[in-house]
Amino acid sequence: MSGRGTRTIKVDTLARVEGEGALYIKMAGDRVSDVKLRIYEPPRMFEAFLRGRHFSEAPDITARICGICPIAYQMSAVHAIERALGIKIDPAVRLLRRLFYCGEWIESHALHIYMLHAPDFLGYQDVIEMAKDHREVVEKALRLKKIGNRIVQLMGGREIHPISAAVGGFYKVPAKAQLRELMGDLQWALSASLEAVRWTSTLQFPNFEQDYEFVALRHPAEYALCEGRLVSNHGLDIDPAEYEDRFAELHVKHSNALHSVVRGRGSYLVGPLARFNLNFDKLPDTARQAATDAKLIPPVKNLFRGIQVRAVELVFACVEALRIIAEYEPPGAPRVEVPNRRGVGQAITEAPRGILYHRYAVDEKGIIVTAKIVPPTSQNQRRIEDDLREYAAQLAAWPLEEATWKCEQAVRCYDPCISCATHFLKVVIERE
Amino acid sequence: MLILACGNRDRADDAAGILVAERLRKLGIDGQECSGEAPDLMEAWNAADDVIVIDCVVTGAPAGTVHLWDASRPLAANCSGSTHGLGLGEAIELARALGCLPARLRIYGIEGKNFEIGGAVSAEVERGLAKVVNRIAAEVGTGQ
Repeated sequence: MSGRGTRTIKVDTLARVEGEGALYIKMAGDRVSDVKLRIYEPPRMFEAFLRGRHFSEAPDITARICGICPIAYQMSAVHAIERALGIKIDPAVRLLRRLFYCGEWIESHALHIYMLHAPDFLGYQDVIEMAKDHREVVEKALRLKKIGNRIVQLMGGREIHPISAAVGGFYKVPAKAQLRELMGDLQWALSASLEAVRWTSTLQFPNFEQDYEFVALRHPAEYALCEGRLVSNHGLDIDPAEYEDRFAELHVKHSNALHSVVRGRGSYLVGPLARFNLNFDKLPDTARQAATDAKLIPPVKNLFRGIQVRAVELVFACVEALRIIAEYEPPGAPRVEVPNRRGVGQAITEAPRGILYHRYAVDEKGIIVTAKIVPPTSQNQRRIEDDLREYAAQLAAWPLEEATWKCEQAVRCYDPCISCATHFLKVVIERE
Repeated sequence: MLILACGNRDRADDAAGILVAERLRKLGIDGQECSGEAPDLMEAWNAADDVIVIDCVVTGAPAGTVHLWDASRPLAANCSGSTHGLGLGEAIELARALGCLPARLRIYGIEGKNFEIGGAVSAEVERGLAKVVNRIAAEVGTGQ
């Protein structure tokens, strides 16, 4: 199609994303006049559900926000409440929390890399079509995901909406022998992840680089999961307690999820690319070497290369899980006692899709007075629209159907979890 | 026989499958709940050779209608209603593509009409799920 005239790119139900939403892009020639990522998933009201509940209930309530990343919600909740109450946890519990999180990263990244995102690069409509030609790839994905699930089940009591995470530690911790049983599977997962880095590096990526403000947690000694300062490539360096001073949530008419912006600047990017670019030096040697061998060197500014970065993070999660299991000595007690006390605490942890902020205020009886939750997809929403404004313009000459498909693929690079942000994605491109 | 139930008990009629499993358990029949996500379904029915999956469906039929599909034949395109992108329909077709579909897999679909958050199961779906409970119980020999 020529660059003249008006056209609308419209996806009424975006496939292979978690949740319900739609995408609308209006174009006049090669100029994009309007982009709306419409999230019509009803508001979830979790912050209101939490008010009036005892802080000990927060991990179980917030885990219900998402079936894909419940551990992220549990980890942000327990860390924020522990900060509010001045609780220090056993170092062994801290390691177990990292292992728990590694399980979630493995299952989430394996699902996204192979089953949700790879079909876009290999030219298939979905993973079912892809499985007919790439059976071994899909079987590998399923086995990887199962290994992540095993970690989550062992640590959390069950795979979906785990129940063992507690303020102060866990309700139950595994025996050393139970964790050791995971090692054989994890060794396989590590070699499969290294293969994933090599395999994803053979994919063809659109030439689409943007000047992102990458935002991620940074820890002085490790690839951050649960603790650290919040940093960006534009000079941000803050404690999680300062998050609301530097970030704002804005309501836009077309979305039931709030848009997050850096105050005074605008959109920003959270997730695998941000973590990789800001924390490359903190990756374990095996993961860093795999990335280097795949010519994946920070800063990676091409959104589509997120599939490669997720593969590198799979390597990290396997290496880290193996390390933790090898070093594991059970804590003296599964959790420390947490007395009722008044306090306010904030925490940020790295969900598979990016930073997840929680703030809680509790009263002297331990009752939650206020709660605030800012999920990663909500934080990326404005950035997704900014990306599509640029990307759709590049596609002005493409036939409408192909341009629409490409825009849908761009959204999938974010692995959006719309349920968390408020659930399908619908895409409309309108050309004038 | 492996009985798997999918659904969301907090979304009105979407709870139909889970309620069937609950009632089967009261009759001493093992009905398991499953997330409905494709990898989890495939893992759950791995090594089973006779499987029944129960879920709420929307096909346009009157609410409460009980559908019975045999997965030995391809299901209708785009039959998944999962919000996770990969649901029951994809699990069946993916298992077929990978050659790991159970020898016998049947799906009881109970037509829903109301999916309101926190809503009650509609009277029509109540009647439909009671029929499914009776049919499965009769098949496994409890005399229901």
